[in-house]
Amino acid sequence: MNYTLDFGALLSNGYPALILGGLMTTLKMTALAWLLAFGLGSVLAILRMLNRRPLNYVIALYVAFHRNVPMLVHILLWYFGVAALLPVALNDAVNQWGGEFLFSMIAIGLVTAAYVAEDLRSAIRAIPDGQMEASRSLGLSYLRSMRKVILPQAFTIAIPPLTNQTLLLFKNTSLAMAIGLIELTGAGREIESATFKTFEVYTVVTALYLAVSLLLMLGGACISKHRLAAAKR
Amino acid sequence: MLDILSDNWLLLLVGQYPNGAMGGLVATVGLALISLALAFPFGILLALGRISTIRIFYWPSTAIVYIVRGLPLLMFIFWAYFFVPIIINRPVGGATTMIAALVIYESAYLAEIIRSGIQALPAGQLEAGRSLGLSYTQTMRRVILPQALYNTLPSMLSQFISTVKETSLGFVISVHELTFAAAQVNNILLTKPFEVFGLLALTYFTLNLILGGLVKLVENRIQIKRTMIVQVT
Repeated sequence: MNYTLDFGALLSNGYPALILGGLMTTLKMTALAWLLAFGLGSVLAILRMLNRRPLNYVIALYVAFHRNVPMLVHILLWYFGVAALLPVALNDAVNQWGGEFLFSMIAIGLVTAAYVAEDLRSAIRAIPDGQMEASRSLGLSYLRSMRKVILPQAFTIAIPPLTNQTLLLFKNTSLAMAIGLIELTGAGREIESATFKTFEVYTVVTALYLAVSLLLMLGGACISKHRLAAAKR
Repeated sequence: MLDILSDNWLLLLVGQYPNGAMGGLVATVGLALISLALAFPFGILLALGRISTIRIFYWPSTAIVYIVRGLPLLMFIFWAYFFVPIIINRPVGGATTMIAALVIYESAYLAEIIRSGIQALPAGQLEAGRSLGLSYTQTMRRVILPQALYNTLPSMLSQFISTVKETSLGFVISVHELTFAAAQVNNILLTKPFEVFGLLALTYFTLNLILGGLVKLVENRIQIKRTMIVQVT
């Protein structure tokens, strides 16, 4: 193997800025898709708890569809499919702003919402019925008991699986490079095809992914420990 | 939508076969089957390393599991794309690259499933095996692993569903599988992206729904068998 390592080649031609820009895009997409996923996921979980017939089926279908179809296919469906259904003016506006980012963010957020809803639902079911009955007897409305009593406890139980979902969401933002978004993986590919310094570029990108992932894992573990300690007091 | 299916079903089912490599839906399922089967022995080894009290087994396997959990599958695909030809010293096709990446990725996830299966067994199983004069390896092979693997069968089948979904990433490196076939159809038709990718999503949905039903079936079987054992003793 005649291969000389040359990390210096990555420091020219604005490559550091490209990598950092890619990392920022990845983080931005993670944050926005996370908000969408956790917001919608919580709403779906609560609606599911109401146990109304037609609504239940709709949510179950939503969850099944998003969990059984690959995320990449959802991204392609949004980016190519849904975009084609939009009125021309709106589509132009979206593309001007960055359709790759918007559509992959929506797709990733909606898919993760299905997983979050399921994790929250099983956490809510793990809370004893007496909690709801007690807060209802104390005069709180259904929604208030949900918000003040049930959900805070459910979130504490669900922190480990939700940390896992956050981590998966972060990793899955890399799929957006398939439709041409220059996020972290895309930036790495770009530099690789320009410099052929495959090993060096991938090492840098891998290290960045690992750093953020380990931080997320650590953060999740810390919050979980903190919340459990607070709950015991 | 139906006319797209009736015009292109052969391409979506087997790709260019027999005039080219096997592709389409068959390749998707085949890739997932081969990858998971090859990942299985590695998964067992990693799981044994993870529960080992010997440091030189524990630390490397734990590191591997955390690294794999912290990186996007796409990064493994690009690393494999770069490394596999160097290691075996000849150019390889996309399918081989994809299998190599999936084997590494799935090994780590299978390892965690198997590990949880081993740790869910009562400690008395290992102690009893050891007291009967079996060595640690014999106890693992004849007492612990058969039970752990049987009990985790549903989770491993769910992992197969995940693997089926993950093969869609082969699209990025032009592996001829289902998503790639759908993209080809889309490139021929040009004007019906929503229908084509909607059809693709429905295909994955149906396939994984059937596989999910299978998982439920196996789960129930195991549940019944377990309660029968409890009743007898």
